[in-house]
Amino acid sequence: MTTLNADIAERETAELGMWVFLATEVMLFGGLFTAYTVYRAIYPVGFAEGSRLLDLTLGTVNTVVLIVSSGTMALAVSAARLGQRRLVRVVLVATALLGLVFLAIKALEYQHHLAEGLVPGLAWHYSAARANEVQLFMLAYFAMTGLHAIHLTIAVGLVLFATWFRTRLEILALYWHFVDVIWIFLLPLLYLFGLQA
Amino acid sequence: MTRRTYLVVDAAVLLLALVSVALAHTDLHGFNAAAALAIAATKAALIAIFFMELKLAGPVPRVVAAASVFWLAILVVGTMDDVLTRAWLPIPGK
Repeated sequence: MTTLNADIAERETAELGMWVFLATEVMLFGGLFTAYTVYRAIYPVGFAEGSRLLDLTLGTVNTVVLIVSSGTMALAVSAARLGQRRLVRVVLVATALLGLVFLAIKALEYQHHLAEGLVPGLAWHYSAARANEVQLFMLAYFAMTGLHAIHLTIAVGLVLFATWFRTRLEILALYWHFVDVIWIFLLPLLYLFGLQA
Repeated sequence: MTRRTYLVVDAAVLLLALVSVALAHTDLHGFNAAAALAIAATKAALIAIFFMELKLAGPVPRVVAAASVFWLAILVVGTMDDVLTRAWLPIPGK
């Protein structure tokens, strides 16, 4: 009984630690969200123009991929609790693969931006009237999606680690779902906002 | 939570994402951004409550989660009240 209580206390402490870390992550992304909001308020037309330059189809496909991956991650946690080790491994590999599909599509998008000259500082050939405002939008876009992609890369690494070594899956799942939540806000802010503005 | 719950929640979040994309193609007369953000917040809440298990968590993780949203609100609102009202007063040398 004592051992069981100690185990529960340990798990709750670990989960609280991850929640506190995620709160600092909200602040990290929050700084970028705030910078985006400020410049969007100052340059609404240029930001809408920039938003329309993104590939909504790829953005939507990536949203679906990440949401499904959250489902498989939740399934992994439930399988681990029921002691189904084989199923845990299968759904964790599926989760990691979905994460890699997301990153591959994101890389494809970046490649398109590079070819179209929409990368500030590296390949910038956009020359419409509001080119400077569009450049600010693309800066915000690369900063936000780039930081998100770094987080997802780390998350994929952790999931692959958990496939081969026993870890606390609940903690890992919290991080994975958080990365999903960030993307859920990036979709309307970056891809959807320009269509009606 | 049962697998059925996970499946229903995941399907709901997926559906909301597609609704959000469809709404972006419709003119809501100035309410497009508000609708898109409301849907995103609903999706985030579903994930936090069911997938991140805030539903089963004790009061302390819930407070931490709520505090992170509250701090974010302070950051955004505290910045935007300056940005949006700066032009209101004709202060020389501004």
